[in-house]
Amino acid sequence: MPITLSTKDNGYLQGYGKFKDSDGFGKSAWLTSLRDKGLERFAELGFPTQQNEDWRFTNITPIARTDFTLAEKSNGTVDSGTVQNYSIPGLDCTRLVFINGIYSQELSSFTTHPENVKVLSLSEAIGNNEEIIEEHLGRYAGIENEAFTALNTAFMTDGGVIVIPGNTALDTPVHLLYISTGSDSPTLTNPRNLIIAGDNCQGAVIEHYISAGDSVHLSNAVTELVVGENSTISHYMIENEGRKSFNISTLRVQQSRHSNIRSHSVLLGGALVRNNVHPVLAGEGCDSLINGLFMSTARQHMDNFMRVEHASPHCDSTQFYNGVLDGRSRGVFHGRIIVHKDAQKTDAKQTNRNLLLSDTAQIDTKPQLEIYADDVKCTHGATIGQMDENAVFYLRSRGIGAEAARDIILNAFTNETLQSMTIEPVREYCHALVTDWFLKRKEALSQG
Amino acid sequence: MLEIKNLHVSVDDQEILKGLSLTINKGEVHSIMGPNGSGKSTLAQVLAGRDAYEVTEGEVLFQGKDLLDLAPEERACEGLFLAFQYPVEIPGVANNYLLREALNSIRKYRGEEPLKHIEFTKLANEKMNILNMGDNLLKRAVNEGFSGGEKKRNEIFQMQILEPKMAILDETDSGLDIDALKIVAEGVNSLRSPDRSFLVITHYQRLLNYIVPDYVHVLVEGKIAKSGGKDLALELEDKGYGWVEEEAREAVNN
Repeated sequence: MPITLSTKDNGYLQGYGKFKDSDGFGKSAWLTSLRDKGLERFAELGFPTQQNEDWRFTNITPIARTDFTLAEKSNGTVDSGTVQNYSIPGLDCTRLVFINGIYSQELSSFTTHPENVKVLSLSEAIGNNEEIIEEHLGRYAGIENEAFTALNTAFMTDGGVIVIPGNTALDTPVHLLYISTGSDSPTLTNPRNLIIAGDNCQGAVIEHYISAGDSVHLSNAVTELVVGENSTISHYMIENEGRKSFNISTLRVQQSRHSNIRSHSVLLGGALVRNNVHPVLAGEGCDSLINGLFMSTARQHMDNFMRVEHASPHCDSTQFYNGVLDGRSRGVFHGRIIVHKDAQKTDAKQTNRNLLLSDTAQIDTKPQLEIYADDVKCTHGATIGQMDENAVFYLRSRGIGAEAARDIILNAFTNETLQSMTIEPVREYCHALVTDWFLKRKEALSQG
Repeated sequence: MLEIKNLHVSVDDQEILKGLSLTINKGEVHSIMGPNGSGKSTLAQVLAGRDAYEVTEGEVLFQGKDLLDLAPEERACEGLFLAFQYPVEIPGVANNYLLREALNSIRKYRGEEPLKHIEFTKLANEKMNILNMGDNLLKRAVNEGFSGGEKKRNEIFQMQILEPKMAILDETDSGLDIDALKIVAEGVNSLRSPDRSFLVITHYQRLLNYIVPDYVHVLVEGKIAKSGGKDLALELEDKGYGWVEEEAREAVNN
């Protein structure tokens, strides 16, 4: 029996009641309590409106007024060929595949990982009563002011769980591939990922969202990434869902002393996309790179909401986001840096550059600094501009054709972010997606 | 090589060049001097193909072809090169990448095979030595964060690689100290040949001590007011531009 969620007639509450009776709910008391709190908070908060400062530039009415059905495993068929289409060429990895948010063991593939490393689905981990899940799940991603995280917490069904014990290097990345097949009525999935790295670890995780169909769909994903002392973890987010999809994702990172995270986001698909990245630099001497590229066209809306929290001294963070906006699309970059009282010697940088390719594209970029310490360095800069015709002329004056000159400049702009992705096959894959985006744009232009 | 006949150019309906004529033969080095606002840089930009300028009258022949009919890239492929007064910064595009693309684009135009990576690197290293440039300049983004001197040197470096038939240097000497000036001049002089022509646009006579021109022209109010040999430059250094402007005005009144 499908579970429908609607903002009308207490639909989310009623849906939750039905969800409680389903298999996906799970039987552990701690999980029930966590879910209940999520639902309770969601019921109090409701979907955010533009009166909420954090959502000022993004109107999520299209989500609020849609009646969603909780996606089920049965609808839609995806075979290994489809999965192959979305694999990252040349990348040796473990791939967990989720169809409509539900783990598919048949479609997943595994490489050998060091002993004691755990890579499994959240449903399996809960089924196995893995203690570490109870210890960490829901501990970091706050629901207090985050309606979507609260919603996810209430309805989460599956996701990737990666546990890297101390002093271990995960030599091959984990690819979490989320394929939504859609159905006749709008569907909702609540992917929930948990990545826990002990001390002195290394590893990389790729979250990847795509649509196999072209129907209305909401992916409301939450990832908690816990990084132990002196560990280095890379996180990649590749969002390439269908043009009718909504994608709300939250990456919440908890960093211990001397840990290092590299977060890379590439957003290309979706009708309405919100990309929340929230690292908390909790231990001394942490380093965070929050790097991203978003490219929108037609009537796409892409909102990047960064919240970088410096909670300890001697931490460095770098936000570097580039946006390419075409058509009547709209982009948002909201970069908040919070420096807590004790976080002396903070060095926080923020750069957001935007290239508008049409007269009707729009970007709102908003730096926001909250500094409670007195010995810190925070810098921010934002640019919005069209293609630099002086640069085009300069290249042409050297013998390069007009079209090639423009391509070179566009590629250079996107490469500014792609170049800091250290896993070559992933970088190449993203590069290919970007090239394809430009190619489609050219085709559209040539057809008038 | 280059034949400019009665060139009139306007920007935003204001006429800047008012009937400029100039012929540069193969192997010759011409210098155009003149006060600020006389139209020197406009001439350079128009020859390179900047579309903000409107040619209202006159023609320009480059090796017998109608230059004004060619796109900027076609002019470059035909062998025209402009060293910019203000070289443009292009973040994210490596200097060596730009040069290899440019060189191969020109080679393709001429029906030649593209240069292999290793051949290009060899060529670039060779030319860099002439200009006393560190090889990190090759890998850095085009002109980004370069000092004024580095930018100008980079222009000459590009010229060395692309080996044009006709090079226009637009105030390449401005803002350079003597050491940098000597290096730039050496970069130009090493390319002087009976087949290659130069148009050196400058505000100061100083550069012409190092790049000795065959002819010097003085541009005043959009026209060539006076032409002469290299001694004319010394005279201008000595007496300033005032007397030439005066002569030009008298000629108009008569």
